[in-house]
Order: sequence, then C-alpha cells, then structure tokens
Amino acid sequence: MSELQLRFQIQIQIHMKKWPLWEVFVRSKNGLEHRHFGSLHAADADMALENARDVYTRRNEGVSIWVVESKNITASNPEHNGEMFEPAQDKVYRHPTFYDLPDEVKHM
Amino acid sequence: MKQNLYNYILGIADNSLILAQRMGELCGHGPSLETDIACTNISLDLFGQVRSYFQYASKLAGDGRTEDDIAMLRQEREYVNVLLVEQPNTDFAYTIARHFLFDVYHLLFLTELEKSKDLTLSAIAKKCIKEVRYHERFTSDWIKRLGDGTAESKAKIQEAINDLWTYTDELFHQTGADKAMVAEGIGVDVTKLKEAYYEKVNEVLTEATLETPESKYFQKGGKKGIHTEHMGYLLAELQYMQRAYPNMEW
Repeated sequence: MSELQLRFQIQIQIHMKKWPLWEVFVRSKNGLEHRHFGSLHAADADMALENARDVYTRRNEGVSIWVVESKNITASNPEHNGEMFEPAQDKVYRHPTFYDLPDEVKHM
Repeated sequence: MKQNLYNYILGIADNSLILAQRMGELCGHGPSLETDIACTNISLDLFGQVRSYFQYASKLAGDGRTEDDIAMLRQEREYVNVLLVEQPNTDFAYTIARHFLFDVYHLLFLTELEKSKDLTLSAIAKKCIKEVRYHERFTSDWIKRLGDGTAESKAKIQEAINDLWTYTDELFHQTGADKAMVAEGIGVDVTKLKEAYYEKVNEVLTEATLETPESKYFQKGGKKGIHTEHMGYLLAELQYMQRAYPNMEW
C-alpha cells in the first residue's frame, strides 16, 4: 500500500461525526491579519480548506485561509483566569497613555 | 431571430440549469453541513451562469419572453440538456460521479467557448470558467477520496461511475445548431473535446484506484428533447412556482 493510499485509508472515515474539528482563520484583505472565523469538520487539511472556502468565504469575505486542527491548539484554562489575567488589570501604566503627544502626530 | 444561435445557447444553458436544479435538491439534505453548503454553492454558481445565457437568449428571441419564461416555461420535449445531468441524486456517490463526469466536459467546453467570435458568449465563458475550475477540483477530490477510501465507498463510487458512463458519449454529439455555429466560428466543436475528456477522466479514476468502464453502449436523446423518466419530476419541481404564480417576481 502506497503512502498516499495509507493516508487516505486512515483519514477517510465515512461517518461524518468521526471527522475531526478544524479551526478556520481568514484574512479578509491583504495587509490585514488572519482572524478566527469559526470551525468545521473535515477528514484532512485539504478538505478543511475547501470546506472553509465554501462555508466562510462564499460572500467574498477573504483572500487567504488558514486551517488548523483544533486539537493542535493549546488554550488557556478559564479556571486559571485569576492568576493569568487579573494581575494586569490594575497596571494601567503598562499602557502607553502617559505621554504628551504633539498634535502633528495622528492615528495614535 | 438568429434561430441557430438561440438554439445553441439553449443547448449550453439547459445542461447547467438542470444540473443546478439537481444540486439544489441537496440544500438542507447534504451528507454534512460542509458538503451541503458546498453542493448548494455549486448549484448557485450554475444558476448564476444560466441567467447570463438566458438573458442573452431572451434578447435574441425578441418576442417579449423573459429569461424566466425561457428557463421555466418550456415543455419537457423543448429542453435540450444531455441525459447525464438529469440523472437523480441516488446517493452521494451518484451525485459526485454525475457532477464530475459533467465538470470535466464543462471545463474543456468553456475553455474553447472563450475563443468564440460571439463576444457575449466569450465573455460569459470567461466569467464561468473560474467557478467551473473549482467545481472540477471539488468533484475530482471527492472521486479520489471515495475511490481510495473504504471498501464500501469504493464500491459505491465505482457503481455510480459504471451506471452513469452510458450517458457520457452524448456530450460529444453535435446538433444542427452546433454544426451551424461551429461553421461560423461561434460554437465549440464538441467532437474535438472527446479525446481530452476521456483522458482526463481516466487520469482521475486511475488516481482514485477505480476502473474506467469499458462499455461501448451509450444512451442518447437529451439533445433532441427525448429525456429519461426522471426529467418530468425534475421539471415539475423546477417549474412549480412559475406555473402556479405566473409572472411572479421575487
């Protein structure tokens, strides 16, 4: 059995519910960053891209798509939000808001 | 009226119209949310293409018939689509096999139509070709996935290909309008697409570890308005709104 065949054998799972979940990131236009648009099911990366094209960009929303299998994303644990995020709340001086900017500087 | 050109346009448009209707039947019934949207997208692409053709046909007819009249209000015998596209969505394998067998033809056809001396047809072909290139990619990928998938998916897609094979040869039959339009440099000589078609189909089937059928018995009739038993049911659904509410508009 060739590697390609083996790949298909492993990846094809006829029952749709066995298809893994993928996260979809779309760049809406050149110069902007890819943003998370949603998720979908697909048997492999190629199918995930095609599905993402059909599900998320059919109304001209994008110029580039990334897909990543959801299991490959490491997420922070909401239970740890206390130690993860709350210490930053009272440290306003970490924002660059204490400078006097000349009027000529725009878009800040 | 340029009768040959009008008939020629109907010959092109009816294939896409009837196939679009078949794919549209899957709206809400696709095997998964993602494939459902994909099939419906493809259907909408085809309906969009069909509008361009029928708008042009309506202008040529010049007798007050609108694009909707031409698309929706003909009798069964007046539709000249190939038999292939009217075959039912028996299961997902049939749906994909039917579309794939048409896509390979459609892409070759539009590539040639783009060179037409008729600037409207050439412009329509140019617009359609990008969509159809995606359709062909989508259905070819699925042929490979199903063919090279499980024993069950392989058996199902092979059966669908074998069953639908008998409708492929008709794609390359010339009608009177075809011949007249080829002579004027407007139409595509479909007989010249045949070799490239079977070559491409064979290439995809081989990659999908499927057998290319060897049967030489082919069905025909659609291009002359003689359809299979499935056509009447399809038209009943397609035409219902215009027949029940004549001249209705969205």
